[in-house]
Amino acid sequence: MAEKTTQNPQGWWPQMKRLLLSFSVPLGAVLLALIIGAIIIEVSGASAWKAYTALAKGAFGNAAGWQRTLEKSTPLIFSGLAVAFAFKAGLFNIGAQGQLLFGAITAAWVGFAVHGLPPGLHAAVALAAGAVAGGLYGAIPGALKTYTGAHEVITTIMLNYIAMGFTDYLANGPLKDTTPGNIVARTPAILDSAKLPTWGWLPFGFVLALIGAGFAWWLLQRTTLGFEIRTVGQNPHAARYAGMKVARTVILTMVISALFAGIGGAVETQGVVGRYEPGFNANLGFDGITVALLGKTNPFGVIPAAMLLGAMRAGSNVMQFKAHVAQEITDVVQALMLFFVAADMIVRWLLRIRAAEEGEKITLSTGWGSH
Amino acid sequence: MSENQTFALEVRDIVKRFPGVLANDHVNFNLRKGEVHALLGENGAGKTTLMNIIYGLYHPDEGEIFVNGRKVTIDSPHDAIRLGIGMVHQHFMLVPVFTVAENLILGAEPTKGLSLDLKAARQAVVDLSQRYALEVEPDAIIEDLPVGVQQRVEILKALYREAKVLVLDEPTAVLTPQEVEELFVIMRQLTERGVSIIFITHKLKEVLTIADRITVMRRGRVVGTVRPQEVDEAKLAAMMVGREVVLQVEKSPAEPGEPVLQVRDLVVEDERHLIAVDHVNLEVRRGEVVGVAGVQGNGQTELAEALTGLRPIREGQMLLGGKAVPPRNPRYLIEHGMAHIPEDRQKHGLVLSYTIADNLVLCTYYKPPFARGLQRNQAAIVENAEKLVQQFDVRTPSIFTTAGSLSGGNQQKVIVAREFSRPVDLLIANQPTRGLDVGSIEYIHKRIVQMRDQGAGVLLISAELDEIMSLADRIAVMFRGKIVATVKAEEVNREQLGLLMAGSPASEVLGQPQPAA
Repeated sequence: MAEKTTQNPQGWWPQMKRLLLSFSVPLGAVLLALIIGAIIIEVSGASAWKAYTALAKGAFGNAAGWQRTLEKSTPLIFSGLAVAFAFKAGLFNIGAQGQLLFGAITAAWVGFAVHGLPPGLHAAVALAAGAVAGGLYGAIPGALKTYTGAHEVITTIMLNYIAMGFTDYLANGPLKDTTPGNIVARTPAILDSAKLPTWGWLPFGFVLALIGAGFAWWLLQRTTLGFEIRTVGQNPHAARYAGMKVARTVILTMVISALFAGIGGAVETQGVVGRYEPGFNANLGFDGITVALLGKTNPFGVIPAAMLLGAMRAGSNVMQFKAHVAQEITDVVQALMLFFVAADMIVRWLLRIRAAEEGEKITLSTGWGSH
Repeated sequence: MSENQTFALEVRDIVKRFPGVLANDHVNFNLRKGEVHALLGENGAGKTTLMNIIYGLYHPDEGEIFVNGRKVTIDSPHDAIRLGIGMVHQHFMLVPVFTVAENLILGAEPTKGLSLDLKAARQAVVDLSQRYALEVEPDAIIEDLPVGVQQRVEILKALYREAKVLVLDEPTAVLTPQEVEELFVIMRQLTERGVSIIFITHKLKEVLTIADRITVMRRGRVVGTVRPQEVDEAKLAAMMVGREVVLQVEKSPAEPGEPVLQVRDLVVEDERHLIAVDHVNLEVRRGEVVGVAGVQGNGQTELAEALTGLRPIREGQMLLGGKAVPPRNPRYLIEHGMAHIPEDRQKHGLVLSYTIADNLVLCTYYKPPFARGLQRNQAAIVENAEKLVQQFDVRTPSIFTTAGSLSGGNQQKVIVAREFSRPVDLLIANQPTRGLDVGSIEYIHKRIVQMRDQGAGVLLISAELDEIMSLADRIAVMFRGKIVATVKAEEVNREQLGLLMAGSPASEVLGQPQPAA
């Protein structure tokens, strides 16, 4: 899609058509992945139809299923927003995982260590702390890129390992849950006052995620800062020519991107897990890459993409139980989706979609020193 | 020449369609043996499409191609080469670190057993140079050679592959006037030895000098084929554009006021940290156009980038309106009255994926009325675009069209509209009409003179001598990073400028010692 803030008033149908067309590759990728997944299930001797209906039932069959789906989707929306937001400035933030971990553990620490705050305020402070922790961690690759030219893909990958190691150490050392009998690496449980509520089947975190997506869209499309970010992403040379401060914009974009990841971690801690425990956050940040690509790096596209992945996670248990298909098949299907979105030529060829238009393409990574 | 001769190359009724465009509409074109046939036309007239069809890069939707009277199909450049058709591209396809001989044989290497026969390669260069009277040193490294000689190597490459038909695509764009003359001598030598040449260009003077016949294309069609004796520049321009064109810019004598740009002992480095701008002194006053003439690659790009804040200044001083400017700060310059038409409009001047409306506020998006607090003001942006598109005659279906889908001329008009819509004290225009059609050139020249007459100073950097001669009030010639002479426009002629651009000392060319600028 062409970058547009000044909307074309030429009627809703052509616009709708263009929007649908621009999502035809992700939709095709999902379809292809499901078909290949079905073939694998059939070959392994189970019924693909039974498996998929069980999966859908598990995810959407009742209120509990919906709640599970929304809970699983929430951190994915945030990490997807993180990756998508950075994309708009031409940055590939692979570090959402590390940023999310820092957000999660910081929120947990504020959640159990700070006493005496009223419930709403405590939760808000913990959330904010998680966001800031994630954001600051994202400032590192931004600054490294700006001042040393180090490519953000490499630095964010490395920083992920540091984050995993460091949070593991904290959960196993200074912040370890010292309740008698505990032997695993985890922090103490957060206080009730820091917990995020769930209204019926609707987790508050999911509402926050929707607000986050709207905020990301508004920031990118409606503000002067967003204009700068998109200009730097589309053509850094022109940005410099126009007097924009490219270095500042790159750092700021990484910080905002990482803020989303940090909130994602905090919401997971405060809304679902109730403490920091490493295993619960595994891959949430990495899956943000899949979510962002499936959503065409559009903040609103991220929501259905995250919900799709969330639903597959929420329903996989029921599928294993009812259709006797190992839940790992959902990982295979998800990997295939990413594969087909990345190798979009395959989908275009199969669905006879014309080649990407200028500006519609997503550059996965710019070359060394291209700025 | 008899009427029923066979042509070296002939195309009949070629039709080529692209989505939404008829690029070639029943094009007929023939090339006699041993002639120079110029193909003239604006950008987008269909010249390149036709040549790509002849060279096998495109497949025509309709029509036939004949080589030496025999009907052929050309599916790839490989076929074209086999049929004796050679192409010299505007951008050379040479390996800079290889020798002439090595480049020549690239892709068709003579071998001895498993190893490369470099002796045979050298011999081939010597033989070819002799046969076609093209002097080239076989052991010279390409990157050490002047551009004109590199071009000779490209021509030799085609001849080595036994080309009998040579397509030269805008070959003079990168040459000094002297090198152009040398190229014309070479072209004559080649045609005398039986080579036929298709000469693609948009420069009217050159066509009248060298061509035996001229075919003019416009909007995918052949407008006509004429002999140079039958036409003049004005007639050719009218054929190209489809209407009368004012080739000479009308302007009154300059009335220079106070200096608006002063540059003292400016030193600027290029990417490799070599000195590209070497102690340059310049002054531009209100109400005058100062032209910087020079062959491409003599430091003009670095000079323009330094003056517009895009490149660090190593030494020296730059004053805008009498005040020193902060380093590397385009925004300061924009806010203090500088407008800039950049050399590369697609790289620096525009965000191609943005709408025209967004491109028109690229430099002022953060200021009222285009911004209200944090938010952008859509209504003001749209209103601004509608006004400027009309005022600057940008041909576009809508202000929401992306800049990337406009023609080069209209892209440039968007840039001019944006830059001229602010209060301007100093305009820096770097190659403002490169690659544009005659109509757009006329328009942009008119606007630049208007800007001068409104009291702005203009620094015009151009590799086109004609542009410099017709627009500038004073001319500074740049050679290897230095300003080698600054002269009043009326006191110098083309030949003198050409010699200065090629590095001849000013004292010899102008007959008197030059005072420093």
